[in-house]
Amino acid sequence: MKKRKKIDLLTVFIYAVVVVMGLSCLLPLLNTLALSFSSSAAATAGKVGIIPVSFTLSSYQKILNDQQFWRSFLISVLRVMAGTSLNIFLVITMAYPLSKSRREFGAQKIYIKFVIFAMLFNGGMVPTYMVVQKLGMINTIWSLIFPGAVGTGNVILMMNFFRSVPKSLEEAAEIDGATPFQILWNIFIPASKPCIATIVLFCIVGHWNDYFSGILYITKVHNYPLQTYIQMIATTFDISKITDIKKLEEFLAVSEKTLNSAKIVVSVIPLLLIYPFLQKYFTTGLVVGAVKE
Amino acid sequence: MNRPKKQAYYHLMMLPGMIFLIIFNFIPMAGIVMAFQNFSPVKGILESKWVGFDNFRFIFSLPDSRQIFVNTIIISLGKILLAILIPVCFSLLLNEIKVKFFKRTVQTIVYMPHFLSWVVFAAVVQSIFSYDGPVNVLLTAIGMEPVMFLGSNQWFRTLMVTTDSWKEFGYGSIIYLAALTGIDPGLYEAASIDGASRWKRLLYITLPGIMPIILIMLTMALPNILNAGFDQIFNLYNPLVYESGDILDTYVYRVGMLKRQYSLGTAVGLIKSVVGMILILAANKLVTTFSDRRMF
Repeated sequence: MKKRKKIDLLTVFIYAVVVVMGLSCLLPLLNTLALSFSSSAAATAGKVGIIPVSFTLSSYQKILNDQQFWRSFLISVLRVMAGTSLNIFLVITMAYPLSKSRREFGAQKIYIKFVIFAMLFNGGMVPTYMVVQKLGMINTIWSLIFPGAVGTGNVILMMNFFRSVPKSLEEAAEIDGATPFQILWNIFIPASKPCIATIVLFCIVGHWNDYFSGILYITKVHNYPLQTYIQMIATTFDISKITDIKKLEEFLAVSEKTLNSAKIVVSVIPLLLIYPFLQKYFTTGLVVGAVKE
Repeated sequence: MNRPKKQAYYHLMMLPGMIFLIIFNFIPMAGIVMAFQNFSPVKGILESKWVGFDNFRFIFSLPDSRQIFVNTIIISLGKILLAILIPVCFSLLLNEIKVKFFKRTVQTIVYMPHFLSWVVFAAVVQSIFSYDGPVNVLLTAIGMEPVMFLGSNQWFRTLMVTTDSWKEFGYGSIIYLAALTGIDPGLYEAASIDGASRWKRLLYITLPGIMPIILIMLTMALPNILNAGFDQIFNLYNPLVYESGDILDTYVYRVGMLKRQYSLGTAVGLIKSVVGMILILAANKLVTTFSDRRMF
């Protein structure tokens, strides 16, 4: 007898709900993409859904000549490269000694308390701002990189990963007279590639997406990183100007919509490029949820 | 290598990181004394006048700041609730889907919004919920009055809670999907031999199977009760919805940074940090007591 697959109502329902939820996540990007290829008039009239209306490349042509946009883009690229390198360097150099037992490294228990305290408690926005200001970092790229240079959560993650590296490898190297730097570089780092790759990718995304350091520490638009620049053009409510509903409506209906959408699309492209690599790592559960003992 | 020499190496490795931590984490903590002063940038911390708990008394005497606490807690409770409910339901649905390719494609799509910044996502939310946006076009089509969502105190909190869930539910479902694959398939086989329906299997095998992780995620989320999501609200709010949408972090930014009332901003920030730390320690205690996991 031939066994036929039963298609029941419940299965159809499940597929339908999943498809709708999936589409809802695709919608924001598709809408932005469609807006960026539409004419200003169509966008302002609210006619654009997920398909461009009166297709045009004019927004992208305008971006090509927008010097500030590319300047901000470049600042963001530099920030990602310098910031991520510093993040990773500090995560590894801190996590390695912290991963040693108290017998191997007596001060470990004091250091780890400092790191956990820094993770749980902070001085807040105002005192941090004042430190950055006192150091003369306002309006420099350093203000975007230094305050968040030590990712305490990542240090803990890396430390736990280092602890899972077999002890025997280290002991063998020690007998051969290797220094802790050599052991870290030749044994622990190669053994921890998946964990390091995960942290690198998340640091890249974090630096690329951060707009708020730019708002806090950069006072000249000229020096804005890309997300701060986009925040300024696309979503800032000029607080002093919005006094009633009418003003708010006018603000939301500005005809710059298509140009702004094109800028958003360009700003998202680098993320889409690394997304496949990201997905490879975060689905392994390395970074999600609690630390498992 | 002898032990003292090795220890020296370890201290050397800790050095760069500790320097950064001291400058950007611990020195700002010392700046917290501003919360107990009437700080003036001209006089500096050493010369400014000490006022004890006056700033805190002032904060709690303002009706505005009470409203800000209420807003923060309502918005974050809503988000915590949906951040469990939607991902759990979604992962249960996705778990029923057996077509591998379809499942994987859906996963790729729903994880993506998590990696977009709120700057980008807020621009989309603004255009979709604006007065002449798609949502209002739909409302008018079914004969309802259009709503100015982003300017309405009645709608703003709901909008914040739902759009946050919209952006994060996919990423939030990863942990539940992982928990679902961890359930012993033998249990399902035994149940179907006994003639248990799909519904009964869900109720008696699947849900009890992921209940521990649901409780852990809930416990870990609760310390965030004073974190209502700065990036989202900062990019979507405006003076019309301060009454319902202004939260602690946005208040600190406006008062402390824009109005330069350093002492007041620091004091509100301190309340938030202290409550947050106590809650995290409590939650960690709970999690380590009842499961084999810990938060840090």
